[in-house]
Amino acid sequence: MFVPPEFKVIIDQEKCIRCKACTIQCSFEALSFSDEEGQIIADNNKCVCCQRCMAMCPTKAISVIKNPIVYAPHPTWTEEKRRDIYIQAQTGSAILTGVGSTQSTIPYLFDHLLLDACQVTNPAIDAIREPMELRTYIGRKPRRLEFKSLNEDYELKTEIAPNLLMETPIMIAGMSYGAISLEAHKACAMAAKEQGTFFNSGEGGLHTDQYIYGDHIIVQVASGRFGVHMDYLNVAAAVEIKIGQGAKPGMGGHLPGEKITEPISQTRMIPVGTDALSPAPQHDIYSIEDLSQLIYAIKEATRYEKPVLVKISAVHNSAAIASGIVRGGADAVVIDGFRGSTGAAPKVAEDHIGIPIAAAIAAVDDRLCNEGIRDEASLIASGGIRCAGDIAKAIALGADAVAIGMSVLIAMGCRICKKCYTGRCPWGIATQRPELRKRLNIEIAAKRVSNLLAAWSLELKEILGANGMNSIESLRGNRERLRAVGLDQPTLDVLGVKPAGR
Amino acid sequence: MCGIVGILNELGEVISGKMVIQATNAMEYRYNGLGGGFAGYGIYPEHKEFYALHILFPDRERRNKVEEILLENVKIVHDEKIPIREGSPLSSKYIPWRYFIDPLNTSPENSDDAIIELVMHISSEVKDIAILSSGKNMGVFKATGYPREVADLFKIDEYNAYLWIGHGRYPTNTPGWWGGAHPFNILDWSVVHNGEISSYDTNRRFLQMWGYNCNLLTDTEVIAYVFDLLVRKHGLPLKLAAYAMAPPFWKQIDRLNEKEMKMIKAIRMVYGSALLNGPFSIVVGRSNVMIGMTDRIKLRPLIAAKKGVMSFLSSEESSIRSVCSDPDVIWSPKAGEPVVSTVGGK
Repeated sequence: MFVPPEFKVIIDQEKCIRCKACTIQCSFEALSFSDEEGQIIADNNKCVCCQRCMAMCPTKAISVIKNPIVYAPHPTWTEEKRRDIYIQAQTGSAILTGVGSTQSTIPYLFDHLLLDACQVTNPAIDAIREPMELRTYIGRKPRRLEFKSLNEDYELKTEIAPNLLMETPIMIAGMSYGAISLEAHKACAMAAKEQGTFFNSGEGGLHTDQYIYGDHIIVQVASGRFGVHMDYLNVAAAVEIKIGQGAKPGMGGHLPGEKITEPISQTRMIPVGTDALSPAPQHDIYSIEDLSQLIYAIKEATRYEKPVLVKISAVHNSAAIASGIVRGGADAVVIDGFRGSTGAAPKVAEDHIGIPIAAAIAAVDDRLCNEGIRDEASLIASGGIRCAGDIAKAIALGADAVAIGMSVLIAMGCRICKKCYTGRCPWGIATQRPELRKRLNIEIAAKRVSNLLAAWSLELKEILGANGMNSIESLRGNRERLRAVGLDQPTLDVLGVKPAGR
Repeated sequence: MCGIVGILNELGEVISGKMVIQATNAMEYRYNGLGGGFAGYGIYPEHKEFYALHILFPDRERRNKVEEILLENVKIVHDEKIPIREGSPLSSKYIPWRYFIDPLNTSPENSDDAIIELVMHISSEVKDIAILSSGKNMGVFKATGYPREVADLFKIDEYNAYLWIGHGRYPTNTPGWWGGAHPFNILDWSVVHNGEISSYDTNRRFLQMWGYNCNLLTDTEVIAYVFDLLVRKHGLPLKLAAYAMAPPFWKQIDRLNEKEMKMIKAIRMVYGSALLNGPFSIVVGRSNVMIGMTDRIKLRPLIAAKKGVMSFLSSEESSIRSVCSDPDVIWSPKAGEPVVSTVGGK
């Protein structure tokens, strides 16, 4: 059935020198050279608007535009809904997509929140000139401290469980080797090390080349248990049990066999070319008690030297679930909101399952505070964090830190063409094809990610200074520094934020 | 802008309220007439073993309600109207009353917590009253007005105390009302405060976990509660509690010796939500100690002085010199560093 293409490639034949570079660059085979016509021709149906051809064309002869073809307008049957139906009527299958929800009608709550600033009565602090502290410790803290008194001197009596020291409250979210290339994986680890923070390995194991960055890596134990062995657990700074992710709550993962190359097979401990299936649940966790057992099994295996994090997707009952996780022994809870990204997820999950991260963080923080157990674990927010403003708002709502994934890939050069699951990433990020992987320069990618972390850290300091504070812990849960615009009263109540002007 | 004053006699000998009135009045340009107050320690020697509740009532009906609650929970040893100077322009607003109470059925080690619970309970049950103080052998007197007007109303010049605290207010972030004036008190902790606590909501949320309800619409209450929690409940030495409220920067901590570093790092990790962030200078009184402190980059002024057995703290040197023209030593304390004076020099 005829489905109009989404994009249209326009080639300026006068500018084109017929070098055919674009035909090699386009990993989706949308461009080819026609000997008959003596010119480059485009198959618009194959174009995903990755911008690779535009970037690489030496004479800048190519432009890609959104196909202006008009679907007869209808507010219910949007272009996107109609396109999905045409495709599903053809395939009889779920629609797979990459990146994250394209749902635009559900409000992005961070965009409805505004931060405060000082005027007159409370001096703003110049973040460039004055000390501004972003250091954050992730992990369990005792509720109170006890000291031994020795004459006029004191000594700490209380033992503190291992914590992760982050020089900025931004970590890099779990992205597996397999979903992304080794080059992209390495760049993340290098950037995390440079900025004094952490990179989460994702569920695909850890390539031995990455062991040198172990002090800055959190390794994941997910339902597929790929690459989980003693060295993997011991080389890392912390271990995360992944229960779910924001892009596809309640659903598992599927890395197609063609992505399972020799080194990935080694790392994941599965045969070359077999599909890597992550079940929806972990098959040894069917209850909160089971989760607690796994938490302590991992703690035993790592001699109680490493914090154990538990990651869940933000769902309706997150507050109660998080409380159970903290009581189950987790040192940190990672909550991934409904706008979280992924390399591959059913579209129906991305667009329709879960709740926004802002609401989940506020609800979880409230719940843990009311139960008096907020300090027993750290809270990490992730899923659609796009800028320093989002980070400040997440922290003011109650998070200790945030994790960013998509932003990191964008920093490396991702253009959000949403085709990660095809393995054809033309920028060398979400692919295992050697000829495409070569396109990502590890050092440059690492530097760009490091720059992004540095830039957002600087902006966080500016926000703190504008609010007359010089330490990030004074922003944590400080909802008085937030006001909302255009939200209804129940949502304001959930967020614990007043409307602007009040 | 506000002005704060603290005067302590290390021998515990009482001094007339006239001194604190004069030292507070010396900075009148720092006030705008929307709040003034004083706390005196040692003013009730005849009832010193009982908790003294100072309460402001708008009417008789509210007093009856409060007394009902009191009678259910404690023994009222003595009660009376707090004397006021008739004819003072502030005199008709509220009826100030004091109760000397003995908590019933409570072991001595739990009686402080029982009093806090009682104060929180009354404040939430009975609207439009203000419990000004609840410590032993001490009391808070405050109102909306200039400090000299408040002193005149409550006849502060007729009281004698070994520790005096004074405050004049220029409110900018919370409404000016009698209960919102300083000193702010819980048990024998009294706090006067110049500044703004930008971390208020973080502190409030932390204190709530420990059973303190912040409901007086003023950021100063969190300071009193943090002191009470860290020093009385958690047993932190004052010096270490001060590190929680105005900690050194991480860069400084990283350079300390192993033992100190471990200790202060732990304080910041565990009590990060007790950090008072924003510009402040405070004078804090407790039954036998006076503490002066500023935020960790000293965005509000604080001057300290000593003359023999007398210790002075004030927002301004002129205020100290107005009552002590030739101090033995007068200095400007470092940012975040507490100045502690104690009765008996301990």
